Amino acid sequence: MQRIIIALISGLIFGAGLVISEMVNPTKVQDFLDLFGNWDSSLAFVMGGAVAVTLVTSRFILKRKTPIFAERFYMAVKTSIDARLVVGASLFGLGWGLSGYCPGPGILNAMINPSEALVFLPALIIGGWIGQRYSA
Amino acid sequence: MLEAFPSQALFGGILIGISAALLLAFNGRIAGISGILYNLLFNPLSGAERGWRIAFLVGLVAGGYFMLPVDFELRQGYSQWLLIASGLAVGIGTRIGNGCTSGHGVCGVGLMAGRSVVATVTFMATGIITVTILRQFIG
Repeated sequence: MQRIIIALISGLIFGAGLVISEMVNPTKVQDFLDLFGNWDSSLAFVMGGAVAVTLVTSRFILKRKTPIFAERFYMAVKTSIDARLVVGASLFGLGWGLSGYCPGPGILNAMINPSEALVFLPALIIGGWIGQRYSA
Repeated sequence: MLEAFPSQALFGGILIGISAALLLAFNGRIAGISGILYNLLFNPLSGAERGWRIAFLVGLVAGGYFMLPVDFELRQGYSQWLLIASGLAVGIGTRIGNGCTSGHGVCGVGLMAGRSVVATVTFMATGIITVTILRQFIG
């Protein structure tokens, strides 16, 4: 139960952060990626702010042997940089640029701009399913 | 220049970082949205494994809901084909690359994981290339 409550709180803060930072505005995301055009640098502060927090906190968190409410840290087991990672990340960046949506903002847009999200989200899920078939 | 400082972007970003830190410190989990979503949809999970993921996604939507309405103009009339192609590419890419902006970009880079740093540099680069082509040569 504790873990459910933490996950709920974490999700609440994450969702609020995505809206406050305007990451949920796909035009602004594309403006941020438009480095050689009419670049809007402001979203660099979203990534910058988030990574500043995780860089500092991760050092302290991982000094503990276990998380506060769980028996171990569930970190990625893979450490090798392989073609799958680079191809996957390349495709993700391509898709991110095409619409301005990554998964979190895509989900939140179901209530902000549903006419777009109801096209993007089914395609995202089908894509994830296709990717799943080529994984494992 | 002072009014141009993107304080909302910075504040929102800090919130996202705090969210990821909480999930790691208390539950030992990575706040990666694509991974949480795909595990729920495609992998058979025990009740506890399912529970926290559902709670996170419910929280995500509720947290966004409390901050509505948004103060930007909604995009209208964007190409449906671009939205479909985008969804497919983001879906396939984040699944085979094991993460998106949150899992690799925020959590993984914070943990200084080599894979996440490579993934983040890669998706930023292809994102920039895509928007450049879209706007300079097509749009």
